[in-house]
Amino acid sequence: MTPSAGSDPSLWVLFRGQLRRDLKLAFGQPSELANPLAFFVVVITLFPLGVSPEPGVLAGMAPGVLWIAALLATLLGLEALFRRDRDDGTLEQMVLRAQPLYLPVVARMLAHWMVTGAPLTLLAPLLGGMLNLAPEARLPLMLGLALGTPVLVLLGGVGAALTVGLRTGGVLLALLVLPLFVPVLILGVSAAELASSGLDPTGPLLWLAAGASFAITTVPFAIAAALRIGVETG
Amino acid sequence: MKYIPDALRRLWHRMGSPRWFYETTGPWVPWLAAAAALLIGVGTVWGLAYAPPDYLQGDSFRIIYIHVPAAYLAQAGYILMAICGVVLLVWRMKLADMVMATVAPIGAAFTFLALATGSIWGKPTWGTYWIWDARITSVLILLFLYLGIMGLRRAIERPEAAGRACAILAIVGVINIPIIKYSVDWWMTLHQPATFSVTSAPAMPAIMWVPLLLNVLGFNLLFAVSVIQGTRTEVLIRERRTRWVTDLCRGEQA
Amino acid sequence: MSHAVLDICGLRCERDDRELFADFDLRIGAAEAVQLRGPNGAGKTTLLRCIAGMHPEYEGSIQLLGAPVAGERLLFVGHRPGISGLLTAADNLRWHLDLAGWHGAGDVVTAALTRVGLTGYDDVPCQQLSAGQQRRVALARLALPTAQVPLWLLDEPFTALDDAGLNLVSGLMADRLAGGGAILFTTHQPAPELPGLSTRWIGAAA
Repeated sequence: MTPSAGSDPSLWVLFRGQLRRDLKLAFGQPSELANPLAFFVVVITLFPLGVSPEPGVLAGMAPGVLWIAALLATLLGLEALFRRDRDDGTLEQMVLRAQPLYLPVVARMLAHWMVTGAPLTLLAPLLGGMLNLAPEARLPLMLGLALGTPVLVLLGGVGAALTVGLRTGGVLLALLVLPLFVPVLILGVSAAELASSGLDPTGPLLWLAAGASFAITTVPFAIAAALRIGVETG
Repeated sequence: MKYIPDALRRLWHRMGSPRWFYETTGPWVPWLAAAAALLIGVGTVWGLAYAPPDYLQGDSFRIIYIHVPAAYLAQAGYILMAICGVVLLVWRMKLADMVMATVAPIGAAFTFLALATGSIWGKPTWGTYWIWDARITSVLILLFLYLGIMGLRRAIERPEAAGRACAILAIVGVINIPIIKYSVDWWMTLHQPATFSVTSAPAMPAIMWVPLLLNVLGFNLLFAVSVIQGTRTEVLIRERRTRWVTDLCRGEQA
Repeated sequence: MSHAVLDICGLRCERDDRELFADFDLRIGAAEAVQLRGPNGAGKTTLLRCIAGMHPEYEGSIQLLGAPVAGERLLFVGHRPGISGLLTAADNLRWHLDLAGWHGAGDVVTAALTRVGLTGYDDVPCQQLSAGQQRRVALARLALPTAQVPLWLLDEPFTALDDAGLNLVSGLMADRLAGGGAILFTTHQPAPELPGLSTRWIGAAA
């Protein structure tokens, strides 16, 4: 990809540079990369054990279980999102120097989604099969996750940015972002449920797409504003 | 033509002064409190003792005289916080932050009241104290949003940073509130046929809705007086090192 | 009238309810360096952070070349290195270039690493380097083309450096001054020989 004619090449450099750095950082620690995914799988394994291994029961709750596990796995990955950058001072350099801050924030969230939301989306149909999810619901489930996890990552990014300098991060972060996740959860689960009962899942998927476009364009501004507070002398 | 914007601008600047707020609102408090007590007193006694029982729910419907105003103020409080957040972020008005800090616990209290009365009402209506009704679920999530804001403010040590952080969260939250509300409503229609719909009674006779109106007005005043009084306290705490506050305290001791 | 590079007027700053400084004025012109001295806790770091826009609770005016301070017109080296320990020195410097939107030609990263005496370390993750070497990576930012900005704010640039490192950093600072830049820095060590250097005390000692 190259910048379109007439655009400022330094903006493209800024975006690409941040994305490259964050992906290098993520792939530099394979264990941290794998942890949220392992968590996703383990949580899903608990449901047949804790509720019922009955295929009919599992099929009924599969969309909800998959979505809630995806939501918690996303939450798990959020805590460290900006913390290391703050501790080593790279966050303050980014806030200070990047012009506009919006671009590296988008790159940061995109990199984070590529290593959390995207693998969860790809893994979901497999786990759906293990939970006896109706075959016709697998594609809507995946599409829902593909559209919904960016929203989760972005909203979670606001929480992570707001709590970046705090000692009590983890629990507070969950309290801040989980209520905001509710619409995504409802729409995502509905798409899969509608499809498994033979109905058309397009409605909730379109709503999710609308939500994702809105979140991608607006939420990075909130993250940037929160990061500016986070790097202030604490 | 030019006179009006100037006057407005002066008013706006004065409103930004915590001291102006403290001194101006002082005399209002007893009057507002008295009016709130009168309205709530009349509305509640009327509603509980004189309004006729509902033809379907009997006497249990009377809880709406508390539930409806509380539920309405729970949402209005969050919107007020978000408005204060915008004012703080755009105009850096410290007073907006003080109002925001005061509204959070008060709004949370009204939200809790709405939940508690809704749940008590649920017992005679649905036979259980808790049901995942769309409205009550939305209010529960609203309570979580309030708790998040309060938790964030407590966790950040510098009040100035805490104010701006809460402002961002309140703005993100207020955009989400209607989305949460509509998604929860829609989720309910998927999962069960609309249960007993309570406030869809358009033909409520005047003897039933007038006390409700009185209570709504009274609760509004109660909310306002709580916010004003809380903000006045907040003003004194935050400005405790300024000259006018130390003078004020010295005057009270003398 | 031409503007000073940095012009601070009537600055008053509080931290944790304690007044750090009041009525503080400071002007730094082009090709001038100011060493900020004062006891621990006098507010040296806070002053640098005020200027950089990372400590908003102050009153007074701070101007950079006659305009409000913009982050891209200054270079800030703080206590935190601004270097990620998991990435190599070269990757870290490359990111700093990208951050400033630099898209010129030439292997400026290698040149900067050579300048600070870290030739051959470019593919070692920074956390495997010694403290002094990590400090040098952080200071290699001063040798990048993106460091050609009007104002440098350096908080304790000489800590953890050996004599050679100290000479290196003062050399970089002298180059910047020769190029017309202004520098404000803090140190507890005796300041190196620099053209146009003056000392400014803040806090109790005066």
